[in-house]
Amino acid sequence: MKAPALRLPAVIADRASVAFLASLAVVALVAPLLNLAVPESSPLHLSSYAVGLIGKYLSYALLALAVDFIWGYCGILSLGHAAFFALGGYAMGMYLMRQIGTRGVYGHPVLPDFMVFLNWEELPWFWYGFDQFWFALVMVALAPGALAFVFGWLAFRSRVTGVYLSIITQALTYALMLAFFRNDMGFGGNNGFTDFKDLLGFDLQSDATRSALLAATAVALGGAYWTCRAVLASRAGRVLRAIRDAESRTRFLGYRVQDYKLWVFVLSAVLAGVAGALYVPQVGIINPSEFEPINSIEVVIWVAVGGRGTLWGAAAGAVLVNYAKTWFTGALPDVWLYALGAMFVGVTLFLPRGLAGLLPVRSRDA
Amino acid sequence: MNANLQPGGAVAAEPRAGAPRRGAAPGGRDPWREKREAAAARQPSVLTGDVLYLQQVTVSFDGFKALDDLTLHVDPGELLCVIGPNGAGKTTMMDVVTGKTRPDAGRVFFGNMTNLLTMSEPEIAQAGIGRKFQKPTVFDFLTVFENLELALAGEKSFWRTFFARLTPRDRERIDEVLETTGLAAKRDTPAGTLAHGQKQWLEIGMLLMQEPKVLLVDEPVAGMTPQETERTGELLLSLAGRHSVVVVEHDMEFVRSIARRVAVLHEGRVLAEGGMDAVQSDPRVIEVYLGA
Ligand SMILES: Nc1ncnc2c1ncn2[C@@H]1O[C@H](COP(=O)(O)OP(=O)(O)OP(=O)(O)O)[C@@H](O)[C@H]1O
Ligand SMILES: [Mg+2]
Repeated sequence: MKAPALRLPAVIADRASVAFLASLAVVALVAPLLNLAVPESSPLHLSSYAVGLIGKYLSYALLALAVDFIWGYCGILSLGHAAFFALGGYAMGMYLMRQIGTRGVYGHPVLPDFMVFLNWEELPWFWYGFDQFWFALVMVALAPGALAFVFGWLAFRSRVTGVYLSIITQALTYALMLAFFRNDMGFGGNNGFTDFKDLLGFDLQSDATRSALLAATAVALGGAYWTCRAVLASRAGRVLRAIRDAESRTRFLGYRVQDYKLWVFVLSAVLAGVAGALYVPQVGIINPSEFEPINSIEVVIWVAVGGRGTLWGAAAGAVLVNYAKTWFTGALPDVWLYALGAMFVGVTLFLPRGLAGLLPVRSRDA
Repeated sequence: MNANLQPGGAVAAEPRAGAPRRGAAPGGRDPWREKREAAAARQPSVLTGDVLYLQQVTVSFDGFKALDDLTLHVDPGELLCVIGPNGAGKTTMMDVVTGKTRPDAGRVFFGNMTNLLTMSEPEIAQAGIGRKFQKPTVFDFLTVFENLELALAGEKSFWRTFFARLTPRDRERIDEVLETTGLAAKRDTPAGTLAHGQKQWLEIGMLLMQEPKVLLVDEPVAGMTPQETERTGELLLSLAGRHSVVVVEHDMEFVRSIARRVAVLHEGRVLAEGGMDAVQSDPRVIEVYLGA
């Protein structure tokens, strides 16, 4: 027998991983195809609106994956991940704002509209470099990563765990929301950033760009999945699960628990930042409401609904819950929050392993 | 007085039905004696001072002194048994040594130089003090093999473990411990599904993997069958000599069979210390245990 031509890396060769990555690939290929290649008259045509929506869901899925990685495998329940998501989004937004150039309302070659409006004379120092795409990409990872590092270093070193940790992550995102609401912070105050024109020279309104963004989000989600799996499959990943199940016991084996928590927290925050960066060009706006504490709580609900501690379940949960949200806010807007609450309670009571628990595929290491 | 103090019971405990009576075998032959002596013979001949030294250690919980001016030393390679009624402070003593509880007063040294009171739990573990908990705590979701893997001695930083691969030497070591603990058949079962006695063994196995200089073993034979108890005794004795072993146990017969030196703890201090016979005939000890 010949060895199979295509050998997947062992960490993503299990059935669940293959199914998950294959569905991602299908979405990334088929959605653009149905949008770009199928004529609008055909019933198979996928609207540009739907493409944007799917792209948005996928960026939420990446955020959910980031939360599940630390919650499901290391027991860190972050209720502040929307903050990292928003920071990544703001970093991308700053790049998109500077790409507008003279096409803004005031036509200023350097300053974004809101700065002209505030009678600012020159660009604040922290806006330097954001005209470069590579710089923005670095900041997409660095801003949330650095914040997570400082926050995690302080919190995990003082052994803040459980509900206390969750509460201070809420405080973190709330504090950032208040800060970003202020006009003099230099991030556009409560209006945030919008009216983006193009990314790397590609028109954000064009169907091709939207399809490309959707595909990029799918690729990022797949890559993040692979990265998390690689960590979890290593001995370090087993230490993480040991920490989740018996934190103090792990210390007596000689592991510096705070370091483990810190590194996965930082990685998770970076993934959340990347999700935010992919989200912003697809929805066309970023403002301080992204920091709202309720947003972070919603992410945890997506993960719980999909199935904590599976990664793919969290991603699927994000898509399903947000699809439901889209439907409800269209048909029965007043009911949505109750429906979300009911979903959470229902899953907690009847499906402790989430929807993923209903499927026969089970990753061994959950 | 502390409600946890329940004198009696332990010393007077009957041997389990069917258990071969250890310690004092009929006809004066003591099969354990040779093992104890063999273990003692492996102790370093030149004593380089204590391996572990607790000096006037006091721990209070809300005014109640769990340890009260406790002074205790452990020699290199010795097997020390610590006995004492419930609530005597035996587990608290281990908590202090392993960094879980900080004493209000006193000093704790490892070797001659290392002050354990300034070190964190992982630092103490890495320095060579391993511990088996009274309530066995293994990682339920990991397999037996993986539990042992995590206990493997070596560098334990995040990045090291991220890139760590099991060397053939590591595998050998794990297989060895699987054999020693009789868990070879359970190698790939999640630890959560093990029987109580097997969890105890797994935890002892994890202790072995760490290759510590000092093993602190809290109630190793609780919940074990007589056969398992006997094997545990043999294992602990085989470790003494190369390692220092401190065993806390209520099972007096077990203690008699393995101990050369016994320390009796009562209300947070050492009440008596010495050979098993001497200790058991000490009137103060009898009083504490029998409440006379
Ligand atoms: N964290 C704590 N807070 C308050 N009291 C404690 C704490 N830990 C131990 N104690 C008390 O200290 C005393 C000594 O407890 P310890 O667990 O050391 O006893 P022990 O000798 O191990 O007993 P046992 O044989 O029952 O295991 C007990 O009265 C216990 O209730
Ligand atoms: Mg105890």
